[in-house]
Amino acid sequence: MDWSFIGQHIPDYLSGAGVTLRFGLYGVGCSLLVGLICCLCRYFRVPVFTWLARLYTELARNTPLLVQLFFLYAGLPRVGVKLSADACAVIGLTFLGGAYMAEAFRSGLESVDQTQKEAGECIGLTRGQNIRYVLLPQALATAVPAIFANVIFLIKETSMFSVLAMMDLMNVADTLRTSGGRTVEVLFMLAAAYLLILMPVSLIAYWVERRLRYAGFGDQRPV
Amino acid sequence: MQVSGISVLFKGINFQRLLGGLWVTMRIALITIGLSVVFGLLFGLLMLSKNKVARAFCRLWLEIVRFMPQLVLLYVVYFGFARLFGWDLSGESSAVIVFTFWGTAELGDLIRGALTSIPAHQRESAAALGLTSRQIYRYILIPQTVRRLLPQAINLSTRIIKTTALVKMINVTEVLKVGQQIIGQFYRQPDAAFWVYFTIFLLYFLICWPISLLAGKLEKRWA
Amino acid sequence: MQTMLKVENVVKSFDGTGVLKGVSFTLDEGKVIVIVGPSGCGKSTLLRCINGLEQVDSGKIYLKDELISGRTRDMHLVRQKVGMVFQSYDLFPHMNVMQNLLLGPTKALRKNGEEVRREALAMLRRVGLEGKENALPRTLSGGQKQRVALVRAMLMHPELLLLDEITAALDPEMVSEVLNVVIDLARDGMTMAIVTHEMRFAEAVADQVLFLEDGMAAESGPPEQFFHHPQTERARRFLRSFSYESKNSRKEKQDE
Repeated sequence: MDWSFIGQHIPDYLSGAGVTLRFGLYGVGCSLLVGLICCLCRYFRVPVFTWLARLYTELARNTPLLVQLFFLYAGLPRVGVKLSADACAVIGLTFLGGAYMAEAFRSGLESVDQTQKEAGECIGLTRGQNIRYVLLPQALATAVPAIFANVIFLIKETSMFSVLAMMDLMNVADTLRTSGGRTVEVLFMLAAAYLLILMPVSLIAYWVERRLRYAGFGDQRPV
Repeated sequence: MQVSGISVLFKGINFQRLLGGLWVTMRIALITIGLSVVFGLLFGLLMLSKNKVARAFCRLWLEIVRFMPQLVLLYVVYFGFARLFGWDLSGESSAVIVFTFWGTAELGDLIRGALTSIPAHQRESAAALGLTSRQIYRYILIPQTVRRLLPQAINLSTRIIKTTALVKMINVTEVLKVGQQIIGQFYRQPDAAFWVYFTIFLLYFLICWPISLLAGKLEKRWA
Repeated sequence: MQTMLKVENVVKSFDGTGVLKGVSFTLDEGKVIVIVGPSGCGKSTLLRCINGLEQVDSGKIYLKDELISGRTRDMHLVRQKVGMVFQSYDLFPHMNVMQNLLLGPTKALRKNGEEVRREALAMLRRVGLEGKENALPRTLSGGQKQRVALVRAMLMHPELLLLDEITAALDPEMVSEVLNVVIDLARDGMTMAIVTHEMRFAEAVADQVLFLEDGMAAESGPPEQFFHHPQTERARRFLRSFSYESKNSRKEKQDE
């Protein structure tokens, strides 16, 4: 292992990690939003949108991100829709992640008893108030493990952004590998970098899940 | 004068070529799924064994799979192993190794989860009926485990199918690569790229969607 | 005296199975109607139709003079005036007792939080739950949860309160602590429609009894009549299934 090579290229990896993390987080943020909207459309059976949300989640969950990115980046411009690499990255990751987040929210909402919704309605809350104060807080608590699993999954998926010629971790490593030939060091640093990014995420997830478990709401149903 | 790029798909044997490319990844996926089932069973049992070393080993394996993007693992095996050990693995074999490494851990973890989720009183009440230990497994424990496991395992297999698209990044001539070749030949047809990538997108969807539907059906029926 | 609730010929079916087949009754302000009947007779569905948790197929329901059935918009405005408590308490598990109590008045009615809090503390004291305002629902017993649920409904100052088998899920020793609160409310003039299987309580609290069987009102009248001189064979059979003996009939037996 050539440590001086490693030391010399740490800045490259740092900038790569910056790209990975930044676009990963953009993607996660947008995915949460899209996922929430889709999930609420389906939960409240909003006409037409329920159907659209269903179609979208099925499409996004059953196709590879790599193919989605090729379609966005190399296919769409040929019919006049030109998107920058950055836009493709965020749209692609959101397209994929939104569907996964919608599933996480959906199973969270399904775990909230129907009677909770009715209890909220019975004290005169509007639909919006009921979602905000009664349903979502409980659904989120249940959905947290799935949401964090998706966050880790999505950050890992950013490794495909190299096909958009973005200088993320993967592409930084690939460029160094093809130019310098120090494959072992390059890949060692690449693996270490992903570990350093994802370990903290995993620890945060662990901490949040534990807190929620201790605050456990307990069983509401009569036995 | 313009003919739509969709016609490119039906020129000569282009469509068959795409399907041939798709088969390359499907073959990798099928071999991977087969191997993962075999090793996953062992992995799951190992995770439940009383041997601490074996459990720690599985834990480490699972964590590597959780934190490393599959693309990084592919690079490590395809480029890294050649440097480290002098193994000159083909792209396809590297892919089978990596995806089996991943599938084994994930499936093993699912098996562990399914086995531990069966409440103890199921075994106890079966024993109270005077069933032999073999009968308890045959009629009580295994059927319940399979019902929990099968939908999740089927979902995992669609994820494996989708992820095999990544082999394009280690120089395997699969469907995306074939698509690029076709687009290159028909560069006079500017919207060919749109239709080729759109077709690949649809092909993946048509393979994965029915499998997902099946998993959803089973999950609902057995919930 | 003003009519609080008027139910006219309400029909409701689920998947082609008729659950309510034309039920009518009126309830005056300050009065209590108790709805009894065998399980599956449509009692709960009737209550759920009144506050719009289920939509009626036909028939009309009026609160005072306002038509409240068949509405889909603004149903929350009706529900602000019609309180409901369920068998399964349905406190919000992620909120403590006080947050549970404040949610409706401060969000739905947009009242001042401090005032409601003072009122809530007074009501908690009245139902014997002093000092429980910061407790989480899961730390309370069933009887305590149900009393909190009653206070939560009362803090909305409803014109009408619907109680759907509120003691059905309770351990026997907790039933009376909840029912005493309801009897207290009735004494204060709260207008209520109550579904219950507690016949003794029903007799004590009712101004009017509605006996439902198979989605129809098989008998209705004042409690003295229903419990002591039921007019129909069905009602007699129903009361016998509870081996219900009213205070009077027990006295008669002792006299013999």
